[in-house]
Amino acid sequence: MTGVEQKPARRADGPREDLRRVGRGWNRLTGRAGRRWRRLPIPVKAVVVLVVYLALAILVPSNPVAHVMAPQSGWSNVLSEEIGVYVLMAIGLNVVVGQAGMLDLGYVAFFAVGGYSIGILTTHDHLNFWEILPIGIAAAALAGLLLGAPTLRLRGDYLAIVTLGFGLIISQAATNLNFDGGAQGISAIPHPPSIGHIKAFTYGVTDFKPYWYLVLAGIFAAIWAVRRLERSRVGRAWVAIREDEDVAELMGVPTYKMRLWAFAIGAAVGGAGGVFFATQANHIDPTLFSYQVSILVLAAVVLGGSGNMAGVVLGAFLVVWLPERFRGFDKYRILVFGLALVVMMIFRPEGLLPSRRRRAEMSEPASGGGMGAPLVAPTLEEAEA
Amino acid sequence: MNPAGALLEMDQVTIRFGGVVAISDLDLAIPEGSIFGLIGPNGAGKTSSFNVITGVYQVSEGIIRFAGAPLNGLKPHRITQRGVARTFQNIRLFPEMSALENVMVGADAQHRTGIPGAILGLPRHRREQRDGEALARELLDFCGIVEVAEEAARNLSYGSQRRLEIARALATRPKLLLLDEPAAGMNPAEKHGLAELIRAIRDRGVTVLLIEHDMSLVMSICDRIAVLDFGRKIAEGRPEEVRESPAVIEAYLGRPDTDDESPLDAMAADQEPGAEVTDAS
Repeated sequence: MTGVEQKPARRADGPREDLRRVGRGWNRLTGRAGRRWRRLPIPVKAVVVLVVYLALAILVPSNPVAHVMAPQSGWSNVLSEEIGVYVLMAIGLNVVVGQAGMLDLGYVAFFAVGGYSIGILTTHDHLNFWEILPIGIAAAALAGLLLGAPTLRLRGDYLAIVTLGFGLIISQAATNLNFDGGAQGISAIPHPPSIGHIKAFTYGVTDFKPYWYLVLAGIFAAIWAVRRLERSRVGRAWVAIREDEDVAELMGVPTYKMRLWAFAIGAAVGGAGGVFFATQANHIDPTLFSYQVSILVLAAVVLGGSGNMAGVVLGAFLVVWLPERFRGFDKYRILVFGLALVVMMIFRPEGLLPSRRRRAEMSEPASGGGMGAPLVAPTLEEAEA
Repeated sequence: MNPAGALLEMDQVTIRFGGVVAISDLDLAIPEGSIFGLIGPNGAGKTSSFNVITGVYQVSEGIIRFAGAPLNGLKPHRITQRGVARTFQNIRLFPEMSALENVMVGADAQHRTGIPGAILGLPRHRREQRDGEALARELLDFCGIVEVAEEAARNLSYGSQRRLEIARALATRPKLLLLDEPAAGMNPAEKHGLAELIRAIRDRGVTVLLIEHDMSLVMSICDRIAVLDFGRKIAEGRPEEVRESPAVIEAYLGRPDTDDESPLDAMAADQEPGAEVTDAS
């Protein structure tokens, strides 16, 4: 109940309160839009999704946009190889962190499994991208199960440290093993074979737009699958675990199994990210799979709004795009990027587009606290909303 | 005691935490279709009994049988799926989920949909989703809080939160419902409503095991009562028998010459969380 005394000080805060009001408005709007969307017949939904996909596919890499977004670098390359892949990974990590509430600091491990799957299978076994994509995803999901099975009995900080360990081990292992090219990595990973002679499906080295179409399709598929999970028994179980794991178990949620599934789904999406990345980059080596990738994806999830799909997509876009945009600052660009992150976290600690739930949690530190802590009555602030 | 027709049997159950004995040699048989009261002073082992029945604690010795099958060693979610549900002394809802979602989590205890079913929207998933929501709304209505179905649990009034806990537990489709001090913090009108609700639950065919400090509530609705003190059962019987038992009076009021504590202190309804175990030493 100590949080209640601090309330007046928080309320008096002008700009922060304004931002919060904007957030509330946004949530109400998206909530209403979401309900209306779910009621639409399936063909209508399919057409809307297709139109949105085509608009994003065509407009985003176009020249005028590129000029504004990344005047100093190759925009469509950044878009497909960096932004697209990070958006995909943020969607996957959000299942683990935002939905099930498990802090995973070693997410790069699954990105690496995906990347090395395609690297090894294309160069040794001459399978093509389309054959490897499902294999890479399955391999990453399997890695998620294998890493998760012994570790998901841990909670909170302990889980975070163990996953951090895995993230560090994976790049060390990749460096010191031989079958994966060791420190040199794997070169000459083939691009996806082109489909027919259609320009949009010709994957070369000069035009990066086809890769963007491809990654965007992957993002759409991931959003579709994760959305459906969120609204099912599985998604409810994840949120219940996040809110109170002991009670979830007592209400019949098989908590260990559900946590393991969250981990595997997150891993599968991360693995897909690895496959998409490697086929574009042509070359992979252990330095690409450092723990910084884990941290950056986690930053995307937290910055955008843990638990909110639109939020994490925006967050992933920003953590990749901002350093690119700040290229003009030369060697200070990472400093500026860091500063931008700090400022955003001060003004919106719950993320840019927080989920309804997370927003409430952040504004009410006294609730949902320790074991058996009673719920508190709604605060003045909530009552007004 | 007559174990025939008992839904839940505890046979010589002992729980030890290191040297501390929370419950010792407890025999209990809850007849099917009854409202059974579990009373006793603070730290008597009542909540520990709930925890051992629901699998939060493991028995050190003894056996617990539910509907004829032993529960020992089962994970809590398995025990819930078998038909034992509970509420908590300190309300423990999923605070940021809506009331409806809270109850749907309970309903999911009997559902089987997995990842592929949910992603592909297979028929079972759609059926379970529909049935779960229908059951949740029916139970919110049954508990008298259907009008707050879309509210976040944290925003409900205290009394509604207590009722939501009961609705969530009922959604798991239990045969036995364990209520841990459901009347705590309620005013007389709310207590009266609660008594009605508990009777209605029994009339749905759910056996009720009730921990409660409010004696008038316990005495008015329970068919049988067991009294615990220091982890042992000191009396059991119909309410009027228990009320007259010398052992019970002594446990609650102390022995006339040796105990200088006020009887009112011993009967205080307010209880520290976690005090059960440590006090039992």
